[in-house]
Amino acid sequence: MVTNITNFGRSGLSDWLMQRASAVVLALYTLYMVGFFLTTSHLDYATWSGLFQGTGMRIFSLLALISLAAHAWIGLWTVSTDYIKPTGIRLGFQVVVILAMFAYLVWGVQVLWGA
Amino acid sequence: MLQVNVYRYNPETDSAPYMQEFQVDTKGRDLMVLDVLHLIKEQDNAFAYRRSCREGVCGSDGMNMNGKNGLACVTALSEVVEDGKLIVRPLPGLPVIRDLVVDMSLFYKQYERIQPYLLNDTPAPAIERLQSPEERDKLDGLYECILCACCSTSCPSFWWNPDKFVGPSGLLQAYRFLADSRDTATRERLAQLDDPFSVFRCRGIMNCVNACPKGLNPTRAIGHIRDMLLHNAT
Repeated sequence: MVTNITNFGRSGLSDWLMQRASAVVLALYTLYMVGFFLTTSHLDYATWSGLFQGTGMRIFSLLALISLAAHAWIGLWTVSTDYIKPTGIRLGFQVVVILAMFAYLVWGVQVLWGA
Repeated sequence: MLQVNVYRYNPETDSAPYMQEFQVDTKGRDLMVLDVLHLIKEQDNAFAYRRSCREGVCGSDGMNMNGKNGLACVTALSEVVEDGKLIVRPLPGLPVIRDLVVDMSLFYKQYERIQPYLLNDTPAPAIERLQSPEERDKLDGLYECILCACCSTSCPSFWWNPDKFVGPSGLLQAYRFLADSRDTATRERLAQLDDPFSVFRCRGIMNCVNACPKGLNPTRAIGHIRDMLLHNAT
């Protein structure tokens, strides 16, 4: 058993499952958004704002945002352990990635539920 | 004449590795790459490589021939030579001891880590532990591995993390013992593999399947291990 403390779920299996589940959510969200753009002939602020008024769409968007954060954390953590050999730089990179994901998540919530 | 470029490095005399060109007279025959190496050794007897059975059973002469890992003894020139040229290098990713001879310590360490022997805590029967033909069939495609390291040294995940990722060869053997009906340590074995490196550093690019001179499929075995981990934990 190889130890590790900065990966997403502490276990390889949970990271692997989360990576796949989040990929499915992101794929569905992408399909939904592409479908929205294709079926909306006239896109203005009112239509765009109206799309995100419903609680369902907000939950879906938040789910996609959380999925993106988890997906990026797992993926970039893997990239960093493959290619960044000096421990200090690797740990620094991982902290920056995790903090950025957290900031984007909070910002996303603010956008979705803000004015 | 066949133009052969071989990787040369003698740490006692060379400051850095270099490629050396040889002209080898194959007399028009479709030799195996190992035969060509013998002909080179007749020209320069300081040239070093490993070989033993010369028939694809011992796994000693794994090397990189024109960019693809394989056993020199069972790889015919007609399979690898392009434009009359052959480039032979040691297995990638492992430290070179001399010329085509690599240090396989990390590869063996990963093999040792998966406990490649039967673990059984039940009392030993008088004669032997029997298997049904169906149980025995599960080991086909797994037990044939000869540990030549062609697969693990073609795997980028093993190049980057040879100390943490078990590698395709070790994982094929890990599944060989997970699948064996006579082994009772399945849970303990799985517990040793559930970290982000040992199994899950496999990204499924199947270089191992492409390289295996015995036609085995480590990627499928790794998929089975993942299924067993998932089955155990959900």
